[in-house]
Amino acid sequence: MIQFVNVSKVYPDTDVEALHNVDITIEEGEFVSFIGHSGAGKSTLVKMLLREDRPSEGSILYKGEDINDFSHKEMNLYRQNIGVVFQDFRLLSNKTVFENVAFAMEVAGKPDEIIAEDVPYVLELVDLVDKANNFPHQLSGGEKQRLAIARAIINDPKLLVADEPTGNLDPASTYEVVDILKKINKLGTTVILTTHNTGVVDALKKRVITLEKGSIVRDDPHGSYIISKK
Amino acid sequence: MTFIDLKRIIKSGFQNFTRNSFVSLSSILIMVVTLSVAGLLLLSRAVLTTTVETLENKVDITVFFDLGANENVILDLKQEVDAIPEVASSEYVSATEALINFRERHQDDELTLQALDELGGNPLGAMLNIKAKNPEDYGIIAETLGDQGALSQSSLQVINKINYYQNEQVINRLVAITTGAQTLGTVLLIILGTISVVITLNTIRLTIYSARQEIGVMRLVGAGTKYVRGPFIIEGVLYGLVSSVVTMVLFFPITLWLGEKMSMFLGINLHTYYLSNFFQFFIILLIVGIILGTVSSAIAVRRYLNH
Repeated sequence: MIQFVNVSKVYPDTDVEALHNVDITIEEGEFVSFIGHSGAGKSTLVKMLLREDRPSEGSILYKGEDINDFSHKEMNLYRQNIGVVFQDFRLLSNKTVFENVAFAMEVAGKPDEIIAEDVPYVLELVDLVDKANNFPHQLSGGEKQRLAIARAIINDPKLLVADEPTGNLDPASTYEVVDILKKINKLGTTVILTTHNTGVVDALKKRVITLEKGSIVRDDPHGSYIISKK
Repeated sequence: MTFIDLKRIIKSGFQNFTRNSFVSLSSILIMVVTLSVAGLLLLSRAVLTTTVETLENKVDITVFFDLGANENVILDLKQEVDAIPEVASSEYVSATEALINFRERHQDDELTLQALDELGGNPLGAMLNIKAKNPEDYGIIAETLGDQGALSQSSLQVINKINYYQNEQVINRLVAITTGAQTLGTVLLIILGTISVVITLNTIRLTIYSARQEIGVMRLVGAGTKYVRGPFIIEGVLYGLVSSVVTMVLFFPITLWLGEKMSMFLGINLHTYYLSNFFQFFIILLIVGIILGTVSSAIAVRRYLNH
């Protein structure tokens, strides 16, 4: 489904090589965790995948097509098909919980009746129905992240990218979030997770890819959190 | 763009406008300043036009006739004058009428009236007031009247004096001074206007700058350009709309005051002018406001869309 083909990224202003010859294939339905120290290249990888940035060399294929060749329209469609969750939530602060989720459906051109039907359903899934009319600043960290997940899955994406989703959460919220991710994966969505959290990775018992200084040093099909001491 | 897209964009723009009330308020306040300057420009243009018109209307040529000149001769002369192509109209004032007019003008001036009574009889001669079609034509008319060939000999004999050259210089100078003062005022207002336009642009740019993260988020969930830009443009339109209404409301007491205190000085009652041109005034401010709001929003979002 997703292929990184010899992807390297050098930031021109610093000359730091954030990714070096990364070669990964992720199949449909997989749950893949990327682990590594800060600066190992996890975030760069996610940025490349969302085309927030482009690789210096190599290509990233989505269903066999290079995402860097996508037109504006194709890019919007591609992004509508990927759910994204970030450590800093990235919610729309002027919109209520309901509207944040609805927005992702609106930009995908879904009709109002479907929006009115689907949003409460997804909010129920992440246990936020009572807070539908609250604004993001009225939510706790865990609630914000659950809202972000609700937004990410509302369009029934084929792929969910979660970049350090538990980074700002307490242990209880962390397990809630991981639980939801597992459920989503079980329903058939491919999940890509980057994390620092040993417990999360160990509990998942799914494929783990370890990054060090921009290169892949380990790719374990049923991995646990193994990382060299800095 | 479909109807449903448009509906969502407009709704979202309205929500941004009401939910960011403080940001909206500051944008509107600064825009009201700009629009007030624009309004003052319009008012000062009205004052200028009226002043110049009034002054131009004061220019005329008066032909004074000898005391006791034959009325028939004068009426013949009036016909000859009316035949001059540059003349718009001429008005004959007989000696008797001239005396009545004089008494009316000086009705509060006991001394002058007493002096007039002492004189006995009518010391005033008949007059012919001549209006030209264009103010520039007075020179030509005055010359024609002075020209021996243009008028018959009998007419020329009864002409006592043609006052044009005395008034001409004074009036030209007054027009020059008024125009100069108004030009200076206009230039100042335009400079002020430019400054406030730049500040408005910048204020709106800053409000959108604070929303740049949200723009990034919208992009990430796959929002097309119209979904990102649209609501900001709607917000800009709303800023313009509200600001022009606020400015119109503000101008009501301002022109009322100016109308009460300054009508004599300005030669025009600005409140009456404002009321009679209310609709036109509003449309101009509305268009300026909406263009200003839309353009500054568009420029600002463009910047963050391209990132």
